[in-house]
Amino acid sequence: MTSMAEKSAVIRMFHVHKRYGAKQALVDATLDIAKNEFLFISGPSGAGKSTLLKLLYLAEPVSEGQILVDGMNLSRIPRRRIPMLRRKFGIIFQDYKLIPSRTVYENVALVLEVRGKKRSLIEKKVKSVLRVVGMEDRMAAYPPSLSGGEQQRVAVARAVAGDPTIILADEPTGSLDDESAATIFELLNMFYNRGATVVVATHDKALIKNATGRVLQIRQGRLDTPPDI
Amino acid sequence: MIFYTRRAIKDILENRFLNVVTIITIALSVLIFSAFGLFFLNAQDMFNAWKKGVRIMVYLAPGTSEAQRLDTRYRLQTIAGIQSISFISKADALELMKARMQRQTSLLDNMRENPLPDAFEVTLVTESNSPEKIEFLAQRIEGLPSVSEVEYGQQWIDRFANFFNLFKLVGYGMGAMFFMATIFIAANTIRLVLYSRREEIHIMRLVGATDNFIKFPFYLEGLIQGLSGGLIGLGMLFSAFSAIGSQFEQTLSAEMVAIRFFSIGTCAAILGGGMITGLLGCFFSLKQFVKE
Repeated sequence: MTSMAEKSAVIRMFHVHKRYGAKQALVDATLDIAKNEFLFISGPSGAGKSTLLKLLYLAEPVSEGQILVDGMNLSRIPRRRIPMLRRKFGIIFQDYKLIPSRTVYENVALVLEVRGKKRSLIEKKVKSVLRVVGMEDRMAAYPPSLSGGEQQRVAVARAVAGDPTIILADEPTGSLDDESAATIFELLNMFYNRGATVVVATHDKALIKNATGRVLQIRQGRLDTPPDI
Repeated sequence: MIFYTRRAIKDILENRFLNVVTIITIALSVLIFSAFGLFFLNAQDMFNAWKKGVRIMVYLAPGTSEAQRLDTRYRLQTIAGIQSISFISKADALELMKARMQRQTSLLDNMRENPLPDAFEVTLVTESNSPEKIEFLAQRIEGLPSVSEVEYGQQWIDRFANFFNLFKLVGYGMGAMFFMATIFIAANTIRLVLYSRREEIHIMRLVGATDNFIKFPFYLEGLIQGLSGGLIGLGMLFSAFSAIGSQFEQTLSAEMVAIRFFSIGTCAAILGGGMITGLLGCFFSLKQFVKE
């Protein structure tokens, strides 16, 4: 019999290991992430937070174990289906990963273009999400001309433009000042309240302090729940 | 499609230098390849015209009487494959020779007697112009009484045909080499573009772009490069043809051969070839890049 928690789990990891040569980046990670859960994965740099997220969107393959995302077994997914998997996610990176030669509008529109959406719909949607993150007036700007906080807001807009069911944020406030970090956190909270599952990997203690959801600690590639948070 | 085309054009404009290099390479290859093709086309026309005009000179033995000459003429008329027969007397032949030699006629004036033989000039029907048939006819004529010698341009035609075929082979070989070199250059240019944009492509993949979504604009880019290169190459050839073609035409007018440019169909095929070159260049570099 499967429990209610298992039934509603959108991400399931079973005894997952990730090795880079002799180095163990992730050790025996078993984890369920429920639908519409706000989960923090906390730990120092190099603990394995980013690795765990990368395994979810198949930027890296697992060395051992299994991961299910929305019922898809990532070990058995054919290469041509990987884009479909990634479209389930909205991914926010610490270094924003915006295309410098494309405008703010074009960067956000890309998510919808890869899905083959019509131009009129893309325009409507992009303007709408840029309005939500407060970047509507910078649509024609190029990323290098924006501040870090602004670039991260564009990255958030891009992450949510495709209406993903899961938002993965890898150190989203890592290189931002407190005010910008608070804005990003508010945005993530807003999308969580709208029904998205949000997984944030961070070492930002201030961010975790305000956490309303579950917090998992990761140390030297091993997952456990911190006792004092 | 409009979206992909716009992206491809945008990419070409963003990577202007690399794309211009590829387009020029394709243009030069098309120019050289087409120049060879155009030469072959016109040389073939000329060759065919010469073949059509093949004549057999039938020289009569010295001392052939009028009756024997008429008999030979009659026998020639009965041979199938002969279109016309005209008699050239030894006196006419000498006059002709004098007319051709012009400034050296004094040499001929001092001769005591005409050394040239009487002859028949035999032209053949078109169907008899194959080397084998000419050879066969010549042998038959040579066997006729009163015929001392038969002369025809067969050996010369054979030699020319051999040379022409060899030249054709060299042309094909060079064409193939240029084709491969162009694909190689186009592939490397696209590869450079891909490397300069690998971060962008990585991001596209992360947000769910399929391989086809990434590759399609590059294929279009290859097609546009190939088409542009083809148009430029053909344009250059046509300009050169227009500039120097008329001079050749004057020289060849006596031979009743008109030189000509490629037909619309051939031009389209050459442009298609240029586009395929660009496309193949993309195909090879993308194949490797996607693997990476």
